[in-house]
Amino acid sequence: MDSDKKKTIDRRTFLKGATSAAIVGGAAVTAGCKGKNLMNSSETFALEFQEYFKKHYRLMTQAERDKTVLRLENMARLKQDLTVDIDTTGPAPDVLYGYAFNVTRCEGYMECVKACIKENNLDRKSDTQYIRIFEMEHGQMSPDQGDGKYFHMVPRDGHFYMGVQCFQCDNPPCVKACPTKATWREPDGIVVVDYDWCIGCRYCMAACPYWGRRFNWNTPEIPTEEITTKQHYLGNRQRVRGMMEKCTFCIQRSRKGKMTACVEACPTGARVFGNLLDPDSEIRFVLENKKVYRLKEDLGTEPKFWYFID
Amino acid sequence: MKKETAKKGLIPFIKDTLVWNLSGSIGYQIYLCILVCLMLSGVYGYFIQFKLGLAATHMSNIVSWGFYISNFTFLVGVAAAAVMLILPSYVFNDKDLHKVVIIGEVVAVGALVMCMSFVFVDLGRPLQFWHLIPGIGQLNFPSSLLAWDILVLNGYLALNALIPAYIVYCHYQGREPVGKYYKPFVFISIGWAVAIHMVTAFLYQGLPARPFWNNPLMGPRFLASAFAAGPAIISLVLHVVNAATDYKIDNKIFNKLRIIIVSAAVINLLMLFSEIFKEFYFPTHHSQSAMYLFFGLEGHNSLVPWIWTAISINLVGTLILAFNPFRERQILLIPALVLLIVGIWIEKGIGLIVPGLVPSPMGEIISYSPSTVELLITLGVVGLGMFVITMLLKPALIIEKRYEDLHGIHDKDH
Repeated sequence: MDSDKKKTIDRRTFLKGATSAAIVGGAAVTAGCKGKNLMNSSETFALEFQEYFKKHYRLMTQAERDKTVLRLENMARLKQDLTVDIDTTGPAPDVLYGYAFNVTRCEGYMECVKACIKENNLDRKSDTQYIRIFEMEHGQMSPDQGDGKYFHMVPRDGHFYMGVQCFQCDNPPCVKACPTKATWREPDGIVVVDYDWCIGCRYCMAACPYWGRRFNWNTPEIPTEEITTKQHYLGNRQRVRGMMEKCTFCIQRSRKGKMTACVEACPTGARVFGNLLDPDSEIRFVLENKKVYRLKEDLGTEPKFWYFID
Repeated sequence: MKKETAKKGLIPFIKDTLVWNLSGSIGYQIYLCILVCLMLSGVYGYFIQFKLGLAATHMSNIVSWGFYISNFTFLVGVAAAAVMLILPSYVFNDKDLHKVVIIGEVVAVGALVMCMSFVFVDLGRPLQFWHLIPGIGQLNFPSSLLAWDILVLNGYLALNALIPAYIVYCHYQGREPVGKYYKPFVFISIGWAVAIHMVTAFLYQGLPARPFWNNPLMGPRFLASAFAAGPAIISLVLHVVNAATDYKIDNKIFNKLRIIIVSAAVINLLMLFSEIFKEFYFPTHHSQSAMYLFFGLEGHNSLVPWIWTAISINLVGTLILAFNPFRERQILLIPALVLLIVGIWIEKGIGLIVPGLVPSPMGEIISYSPSTVELLITLGVVGLGMFVITMLLKPALIIEKRYEDLHGIHDKDH
């Protein structure tokens, strides 16, 4: 009996040891593959090694969050010679973000797309875009019937334009799908991804009825001089290969009380963004006074993104 | 107690197993070499994929799951199919099937190893896999169906590896396995087999975003196709065992398996017909994926020849197995089994996964075919699965044969 007990304990400790050995090995491989500059490589290696073991963002204390931010900022300095400022501002009380899109006003200039790519440090190599603009013929109402690849002078006669992006659902199917809880809905309504916790299984992508998520199939490439350095941990900080990302309503801007990049860039004023809980906000005015509708209401995902017609 | 001291322990068991596995005829050695080559090609493919990321595959933001997940889905069925041998042999005490139940279990283990490997190579960040392990990571249970799938697949692997390991080890020592130590787990494994395939079906079925998958028939149809393709593969393995070893398999067993396969295949075809009827009697916007699969959309028709081939050979295979021409000489049966397996593999693999993702929710239509890297890695995983099956089966059959010769074939059930 006694020896039996001993055996099981031994086995357990052995397994524990084996698992941690595998993890350490894994960390060494991730870290080791990237050190290019010999001068910095050992320091980068140490940083990446520590990064590999960090916890899920939601389980970190503020002190731990500060530490990982410091590591990420140091890594940007060592690898790209770039000073970035990564922010961890949390949600403010009594804020729930919502968005409205004026179908009458949009003329398809795609300034929003351009601004979004710049602001959110999207991969230039694979031409990742969070926003898609669809050119629609009159009589159509759903972007899946429109043309998302138009390339000509706009606006075109007899056509109108519809923008789609992540709709920040209140009942998000992607969050339900994620096997590691790497994506969740923040209290202010933004659905975010912990980039470093995502394992890249892409189940959330299959679960999204609005095609709101983008995967990093290759290592993202952005010219260093074009990187937006005001970053948020859950927003536009630089991503690595093999993980999911998505529109976060420019969390690095909105949580500082600013408008999203797409709203700011829109030349026709077709985009409205604001706090749904603030009765004096523009978004509330639109919802109360315009005829609004949402896409695929039948799925019950409760998107916080409305379309309206003037 | 006295007896046990005379018996051989764990170390000679492992030693014997290794020796048996490595020794064999020249044909066997060549076979092992081929498997090693397959695995090496997989390692090479994975090395490229590890360097380039999943960009080395032909998957994209539209077809975000491809060949790996297709094969995974098919193989979950093969794994689940072991229950079609376990159920009759343990619950209904079928003596014939009892003789081959171990082969079914070993095939299930091999299939599960392949399943896990396919999921692993599909991960964007495989080194972060530990984020899934409860305790050190965060498993989104019970909300995520993928979390469920990870749990049920690992559980099933444990059951199907440990039950036969215990029985074979006892037989190696020349004693009867003690029923109360393993029988409860046998009964758990029967329910569990159904669970692994239902959960895998729910993985797709639970996504309202994808109307092609969001279909209540998916779970039952998964089971029906699994109970056809799985026993068909087991049947092929039995033919190999019969030809290559002195563990002889009676014709009665092949006939019983044939009946199981035909019943399941007919039910599968019936459900397929029901699905096709729903999609095409009054096509709606939600039938676009089926249109894409069966006829192509906007010139993208790469899947069309595949699905029609799948349905035709599925039908032909089922008919041959059902009517069994040339009764005594079973020359047509092996090709029929192969046809059925390939048919279900296409239909439940790439014919199920890709159309679920095309058209995208934004109406975009593209074609997908696996890249060279995907094919190499797939070959490697298949090689690994066959290797695992061989390495487990060879010693197990030697031990079983010895035990049988030693004790005579007794009708006492255990």
